[in-house]
Amino acid sequence: MVVLQTLLLSAHAQQVRLATLDQLEQRFAAGRDTTYIINFWATWCGPCVQELPHFERFGKTLQHTPVKVLLVSLDARSKLKNEVMPFVQKAKLKNEVLLLNETDQQQYIDRISPQWSGSIPATLFINKRKQLRRLEEKEFTYDQLLALYNSLK
Amino acid sequence: MRNLLLLVLLLPGLCARAQEKGYAVGAVVTDFKLKNVDNNTVSLASYPDARGYIVIFGCNSCPVSRGYENRMVALQEKFSGKGFPVIMINPNDPEVASSESFADMQQHARKSSLNFPYLEDPGQVVTRRFGALRTPHVFVLQKTPKGIVVAYIGAIDNDPDNGNAQKINYVQNAVNSLLAGQQPEVTFTKAVGCGVKSKG
Repeated sequence: MVVLQTLLLSAHAQQVRLATLDQLEQRFAAGRDTTYIINFWATWCGPCVQELPHFERFGKTLQHTPVKVLLVSLDARSKLKNEVMPFVQKAKLKNEVLLLNETDQQQYIDRISPQWSGSIPATLFINKRKQLRRLEEKEFTYDQLLALYNSLK
Repeated sequence: MRNLLLLVLLLPGLCARAQEKGYAVGAVVTDFKLKNVDNNTVSLASYPDARGYIVIFGCNSCPVSRGYENRMVALQEKFSGKGFPVIMINPNDPEVASSESFADMQQHARKSSLNFPYLEDPGQVVTRRFGALRTPHVFVLQKTPKGIVVAYIGAIDNDPDNGNAQKINYVQNAVNSLLAGQQPEVTFTKAVGCGVKSKG
């Protein structure tokens, strides 16, 4: 019974994959006219967890437009199975969730954006074709998120 | 009309203040006077024998900051006797973040056996002046003939999970350099931490 439940759960819930910054950048580069909205969060970050529903609503509302929301967790890799996956399943997150597979904060914070101090929540807006790369080190409401996205179009 | 003119003259100044980024390495620090969890006020001048300070912006609720508290206690044990006391300031506005009130801070300091002052910052005035953006966020200060100067800004070390054998202890290295009469090799680092919670 337990096995069956586990099977059913894993069949429906998304798996959280690891992603290096190089892998993410390759994806952005291949994204053509897609605007990527990358929310950096962690299970331990209260304000991040609070704003996740806004990104979910945003992703769902704009699912037929060239927008891709990525929820990139900065949790430690060791927390993937026991904390991040159960959280993602329980919250039934529909946006794609990745865990950043980088360890050197001195490198990756600046590579993501020189403007970023490292505090989370933080959200990166990228559109390669428009040469857009903008980091917002703040919490978003749904309306703020939508307004900023519209202003970047 | 005169009032309007005054407003126009003042406006750019106000805007500039809102965009203020805080202290950079090398900046001269203005002293502060804030209430400690023991109800006494603490300022930099409270330490006449200090050669410098380890000012840490930290709080009750941030897991990253809490995860570093044992290391903060160790810094105080190691360096306060050598003239670099630890002073922690809570940068969060309790009206924005529950569990960051002064009473919560008092309880937290007791529970975590903090061996250094833990100060509230009403209106986040000192937080803004420093430009603290996250917890934990450290400013190592040095007393010099031209005043109290920022010598290092950033993380305590590069190992938030406290399990890396290749750990680099940024703050410890910075203070040791200053004690040896040299400038720190690394003066600025970034780290993932909890955003400071304040109005606007």
